[in-house]
Amino acid sequence: MKRNQIFALAAFLFVVLIGVPWLIQVTGRWDFYYTLTSVALLSIASAGVWLTFYIGRINIGQGAYALAGGYFSAILVTKLGVSFWLALPLAGIFTAVVSIFIGWPILRLRGVYFAMVTLVLTEVARLTALAMPVTNGAKGITSIPLPSGIASLENTKLGFYYVAVALMILVFAAMYRLVNSRIGHLCRSLQQNEELASSIGVNITYLRIIAYSISSFFGGIAGAMFVAISQSIYPSSFQVADSVNFMLNCFLGGLGYVFGPMLGTLVLYFGWDLLFQTGKLQLLIYSSLLILLMLVLPNGLLSIRLSSLFGDRK
Amino acid sequence: MSPILEVKNLTKKYGGLTAVNDVSFEVSEREILSVIGPNGAGKSTLFKLISSFVKPTSGEVLFRGKRISGLLPHHVARMGVVRTFQETTIFKSMTVRENVIVSHHLRSKASLWGYFLGSGRAREDEEAFARSADEILGFLGLDDIANEVASNLPQGHLRALGIAIGLATNPTILLLDEPFAGMNHDETMRTVELVRNVRDRGVTVLLVEHDMPAVMKISDRIVVINFGQKIAEGSPVEIQQNEKVIEAYLGSEDDAIGI
Repeated sequence: MKRNQIFALAAFLFVVLIGVPWLIQVTGRWDFYYTLTSVALLSIASAGVWLTFYIGRINIGQGAYALAGGYFSAILVTKLGVSFWLALPLAGIFTAVVSIFIGWPILRLRGVYFAMVTLVLTEVARLTALAMPVTNGAKGITSIPLPSGIASLENTKLGFYYVAVALMILVFAAMYRLVNSRIGHLCRSLQQNEELASSIGVNITYLRIIAYSISSFFGGIAGAMFVAISQSIYPSSFQVADSVNFMLNCFLGGLGYVFGPMLGTLVLYFGWDLLFQTGKLQLLIYSSLLILLMLVLPNGLLSIRLSSLFGDRK
Repeated sequence: MSPILEVKNLTKKYGGLTAVNDVSFEVSEREILSVIGPNGAGKSTLFKLISSFVKPTSGEVLFRGKRISGLLPHHVARMGVVRTFQETTIFKSMTVRENVIVSHHLRSKASLWGYFLGSGRAREDEEAFARSADEILGFLGLDDIANEVASNLPQGHLRALGIAIGLATNPTILLLDEPFAGMNHDETMRTVELVRNVRDRGVTVLLVEHDMPAVMKISDRIVVINFGQKIAEGSPVEIQQNEKVIEAYLGSEDDAIGI
């Protein structure tokens, strides 16, 4: 790592682990814990979407995996009495395995066709949750006990915040490593030309499925964490709109930068909240701003000269 | 010399259209064999059949006696039969060097996990690939532009990069799809030299080409196809005197064969 990278990492860790809790303490805005925890978790799900972009696929189906992961952990915890800390990774593994079966046929599709199929996935997941007995239909699963350890804390919000931030750091560290290793180069070769990639001997089917299942793993654990915080899950907990937002987070942050989805999620989440005061005009202003941003900064917010700091390409 | 690649009664039909019709020929080790033919003769289809990007309707392609038709392209590449592309197909937003390094994939010893965790083997791989990439770039005269982004390169360099990508896979046979297309005389002559050098490294070269003077200059043997059928096979001199070939090319292109 370069010196400025270490500095940036240290500054980041200081802000999220010490700076933010201190600020919240001083200002008394406890609600910010929930907001920032959400941002951390949404950015994990978005990181998954980013990874599918990285192999050249537009993924608008991450909501499906967040929902599946959420239900899976909720069922494990409520019906089987499994500890949440075990259910969390299991939810990720479950969604990763499911995504292998779904991804295997659909990853052959490219461009808008893949995007369309994934768009349908979220809806399929919602309808499945509505129909199955084990998910308890429209009533969903409620009164899920808090995870052990966090339940005994005086300040559960702070506990969740730390867990979510730790997960986010782990996820993005893994992504950073992946992208800057040879695997990242192979993914880029897929993104740029699949035919050529296969003619240099890359097993493109295998690599696509690996990337997609990692992506879905992130979706699954993010969903499971959300459910643990809200202690409930319904078929409508993750909808098509959420899937679209995950994708927008990536666009906004920048598809060329590993940390794009993190920044994108933060800006998009707070941007929407800040515009709340504009009332009826909220959606109009929000969407106009998004269109404008994409026109002015097609490579995302991080293209404004943070690239050298994070040592990314371009 | 025993044939390294055998094309046996290869036929490909698209609906009612027969693109390749019962074509057979053999390629010997370390030779440069060219497949030529007028536009629409079925050269490109034949090329895709050999590299297994397309499955034949009937017939087969054998590499060292083993059937490769019907295998996935990356399996065929793994066996040592590697193609380059007709268009300037490269990894556009990577640098020239990155293009070549990533193409060393078949030589990887480490697993994906190994690369992720940065295992000793992965590091050895990375070093070996970097060294080999520099050697290949030097060999093809691309070392000056190694750090240019590939999409910025002029045509001639792109073609050389395509060959560099092919060489990185350590092929036994390199299939070149129209390596001289769109080149001026000087560029063509330079590429001819380059392809010869590639052969001198021990690589068998099979190329599909339009450019007659270049083909006559470079090939050990030539296979001519027209309307999907093989009409002649032989040395450049034999092909130049072949009645059927002259007929196929008669008219505007007869001086193109160099008669």
